[in-house]
Amino acid sequence: MNPVTFAIYLAVMAGTTYLVRMIPFVLFRRKLKNRRLIAFFEYIPYTVLAAMTLPAMFFSTGNIYSAIAGFLAAMVFALLEKSLLTVAVATCLATLAVELITKFGSF
Amino acid sequence: MKNDKPNKRSNTFKQGILDGIPVALGYLSVSFSFGILAVTSGLSLWQAVLVSLFNLTSAGQVAGLSIMTASGGLVEMAISQVVINLRYGLMAISLSQKTDESVTVPARFLLAYGITDEIFGVASGADHPIGRRYQLGLMVLPIVGWTLGTFIGAAAGAIFPDFLSNALAIGIYGMFVSIVVPKAKHSRSILICVMISVVISALFYFEPHLSSAVSGGFATIIAAITAAAIGAAFFASDKEEGAS
Repeated sequence: MNPVTFAIYLAVMAGTTYLVRMIPFVLFRRKLKNRRLIAFFEYIPYTVLAAMTLPAMFFSTGNIYSAIAGFLAAMVFALLEKSLLTVAVATCLATLAVELITKFGSF
Repeated sequence: MKNDKPNKRSNTFKQGILDGIPVALGYLSVSFSFGILAVTSGLSLWQAVLVSLFNLTSAGQVAGLSIMTASGGLVEMAISQVVINLRYGLMAISLSQKTDESVTVPARFLLAYGITDEIFGVASGADHPIGRRYQLGLMVLPIVGWTLGTFIGAAAGAIFPDFLSNALAIGIYGMFVSIVVPKAKHSRSILICVMISVVISALFYFEPHLSSAVSGGFATIIAAITAAAIGAAFFASDKEEGAS
């Protein structure tokens, strides 16, 4: 990516991210009381990750079959509550297996 | 001194460094995936490293990366980072309840940069008030791990063949799945919020009018906020399932 374009994006991205962390840390010292607001903040990380993952994950390899294999492996290992790294490795291996079959396989 | 008891973790820089080791090791692998994804999306190795060094957040960086590579708008970039990283603001408020008097306003300007899910988690779990030296120590290795992992991933992504890079780039989504699914398994309210979010996200992706009118970054924001707001409206009066 063009260095100037990149630098502008990076400045906006990093600046915003920093301010989101810094402003509440400096200004607010009291606990949130509003239950709906507390619940909203509790849900946000998961709704964000879910929306970012699906359906984008299916199109992240350029081969929908390998991506589906990766997704299924991730679901199985995540439901078994394996560690972050285990789930990631399983995802990659399942994807790789299908990538190799479609690339080199001659069925 | 209170901290002389052998099993008591102390509020020192050194203890912070020690407590940061497991976080740093975890970050190496997540940021490796980000590094691969970044270079396969079109960033250079050093651009990928700078993104990690300056942002220190996985979900925010993946969203930011997709906005950059899709030539998205700067307003979209800013809003997406606010929404996706909103939880850090809440963690900052929560951490504020636990800091001691050494955490002055100038210290906060520096320490704020290091508020991540995992660093916050360790600090929250500590059995002592959080001093600025401890918190600074806690940040150091995770920052190194996050940046170094990105470098290694980006370097690998640049030399690996496509099929291998593809298989590794999907890993970061696998990590997202591993964060969301166990939580959703144990909390019905989170499960429903997550499903609503996915349905809205899919709608924006596949419905032709919506997908041409709304970019990916905004689609994520709309899906996440709508789903969390619906959840907050309907489930907030339930007995809390460990609201943090």
